[in-house]
Amino acid sequence: MSGIIGRTMTSRKISALNQFLMGSRVFASRTYSSSAKEMTVRDALNSALDEEMSADPKVFVMGEEVGEYQGAYKITKGLLDKYGPERVLDTPITEAGFAGIGVGAAYHGLKPIIEFMTFNFSMQAIDHIINSAAKSNYMSAGQISVPIVFRGPNGAAAGVGAQHSQCYAAWFGSCPGLKVLAPYSSEDARGLLKAAIRDPDPVVFLENELLYGESFPISAEALDSSFCLPIGKAKIEREGKDVTITAFSKMVGYALQAAEILAKEGISAEVINLRSIRPLDRPAINASVRKTNRLVTVEEGFPQHGVGAEICASVVEESFEYLDAPVERITGADVPMPYAANLERMAVPQVEDIVRAAKRACYRSST
Amino acid sequence: MATSFSATKLLQPLPPLNSSARSTDKNTLMSNQFKDSSFFLGSTHKLSLKKPFLPPHSQRRSKPVFAVSEVVKDKKLKNDSSLSNLLITKEEGLELYEDMVLGRAFEDMCAQMYYRGKMFGFVHLYNGQEAVSTGFIKLLKKEDSVVSTYRDHVHALSKGVPARQVMSELFGKTTGCCRGQGGSMHMFSKEHNVLGGFAFIGEGIPVATGAAFTSKYKREVLKEADCDHVTMAFFGDGTCNNGQFFECLNMAALWKLPIIFVVENNLWAIGMSHLRATSDPEIWKKGPAFGMPGVHVDGMDVLKVREVAKEAVARARRGDGPTLVECETYRFRGHSLADPDELRDPAEKNHYAARDPISALKKYMFENNLVNEAELKAIDKRIDELVEDAVEFADESPHPVRSQLLENVFADPRGFGIGPDGRYRCEDPKFTEGTAHV
Repeated sequence: MSGIIGRTMTSRKISALNQFLMGSRVFASRTYSSSAKEMTVRDALNSALDEEMSADPKVFVMGEEVGEYQGAYKITKGLLDKYGPERVLDTPITEAGFAGIGVGAAYHGLKPIIEFMTFNFSMQAIDHIINSAAKSNYMSAGQISVPIVFRGPNGAAAGVGAQHSQCYAAWFGSCPGLKVLAPYSSEDARGLLKAAIRDPDPVVFLENELLYGESFPISAEALDSSFCLPIGKAKIEREGKDVTITAFSKMVGYALQAAEILAKEGISAEVINLRSIRPLDRPAINASVRKTNRLVTVEEGFPQHGVGAEICASVVEESFEYLDAPVERITGADVPMPYAANLERMAVPQVEDIVRAAKRACYRSST
Repeated sequence: MATSFSATKLLQPLPPLNSSARSTDKNTLMSNQFKDSSFFLGSTHKLSLKKPFLPPHSQRRSKPVFAVSEVVKDKKLKNDSSLSNLLITKEEGLELYEDMVLGRAFEDMCAQMYYRGKMFGFVHLYNGQEAVSTGFIKLLKKEDSVVSTYRDHVHALSKGVPARQVMSELFGKTTGCCRGQGGSMHMFSKEHNVLGGFAFIGEGIPVATGAAFTSKYKREVLKEADCDHVTMAFFGDGTCNNGQFFECLNMAALWKLPIIFVVENNLWAIGMSHLRATSDPEIWKKGPAFGMPGVHVDGMDVLKVREVAKEAVARARRGDGPTLVECETYRFRGHSLADPDELRDPAEKNHYAARDPISALKKYMFENNLVNEAELKAIDKRIDELVEDAVEFADESPHPVRSQLLENVFADPRGFGIGPDGRYRCEDPKFTEGTAHV
């Protein structure tokens, strides 16, 4: 793993990213080719969709405003022109209907990509995600597989109140038969979305609205049309030896910022980007904890039965004797998301929360 | 003969019939009712404050709306009863009869086996509704799809899933059509394109619509020009108040999908009468509201069902889009075997018992000299043996082995879950491979 590079922010959604602008902008970098290209998460997702649709005529996109409007968040931009209305389907506002239609199409071997304008709306269709998509292969004893992707922005957005602002990783992550992915960087977005589309099983693909406009360095390897990432494998975003911080989606960026601050105080934090919520990369998490002996989990979702809770359980089960401190769980507050900006900020994890928890785990805290 | 439904035509009342083959039926209900707009009542009498059960005049059908395909009209208007004008040939008649008897005998056996503890959970039987399953599904090709509800055994049988496999599934045995992993409410057969029983109200409709979408996609995008597969979605009256029904009527009509929405209106949810649940109980009328034909048909008469189904299937195959068919039928048993069935009026039950679809077909075939008693007896006997054999087969079949518990969660051949060594299978380095090294 190479050193840390600083970078500036190029976002079309600056206003929505206020909370993102504080602190130094630091990202771990892999060994990218000399002139590191940059790509936004939006373009990464769009190019992944484009390439997979081009590679396989069975792949099609269906959802609200995905066609003529080019996507509510412009993830499907240009696809209608390229692939036509038969493969980029604008649906009526009928989540249960079109999610189920996607499942039925997948039954017959098509590869639907169902876009939810946000995952909050997937609640209207959760029956088809859980009961139709996730269970059919099992109920039919392997006769009927469901190669479908449900994708859209997930997690806390900014200023949109309780119904439009929550994380569903733990909800879908608890359901057997689903694979649940949560990309952070542009490389993640490309590699995981392409893997999801090629996967023979139903995948819930949790994007983040606030990351769409973010640019990340991207390697030539990741730009190759054959590129895809393994499902079920986490990525060590930054190596460290004193404390392990697990995170996914937007929180990976926060964890990296926290690691930078901690480094200045002499604490070496290892940041794990989970990438896959289900399957969860338990070996990577446990290997890291056995090295650092301390664990901080970070997520935007609710604390009870959350992703962090599952990680804690895994570490307690498999690496109990390696722990030198109680596990710290950082989660969203156990309340529906408030509207007021100051309350909202308190309701989701912040970089300083991660720093504080990591110091506590390292017995370096006064609080 | 009309080649397509049109909403306006369908709104015409069917002219009174005089001497069609069917009207020789001396069932008094039948002869009167063609003069009326409707001959089904549902439970109207219960709502009209304990009046004696009076079949013909219905509060249910408030207007003279009666919709039947032009085909039926044409054929029925012909006055002679020569063979060429019969609705079926002998062979077709025997096939329909055999399928209905199979459905009935199979379900009766299920009840016995349930009470003997051989099957468990919720078991919903189809008795009384056989004309719908047989009338529709027997017209399909193997490539055509059927999506059902929790009352799905007979749909699977009609589509060709062997009785042995269905019975074994109900017994929870490995030889079942889903190796015992689906159960009574979740019959799947990839081979026969039975795309599942769905246990929630309305859930199957979008999935069926998706299957129909695939036919269109194959034709238009994948350029499989000969793909004319159609899909039938079966569901009940209660479902027609669920949002997914309306969502999918809209999209199916919007995209002209090859699907037939078959409402098996048996007048009751569990203990909730259709009339107490629905603002306008004439479900077929919701078809024209979405720009597709809505057809109302006597679901206790397999021949009428079949004629309507033929036209709906032809319409779907031609690429002319979906059809909504309301089959007015009745279940002869409770909602499930756990339902004490105390709310339905015995007079209502008797009314429909007298219209048993199997007896009606028998009668039609006798009256038109299509078959003799001995031929039907032979079928009855063969079916009894078949069902007995299915039970023996299921009983002797092995239970799933312990390791099957974790199989089939994913189509991914590398599986997922806890392997035999107690480790998570995703720990296998080859669990899912990408091209990148991480």
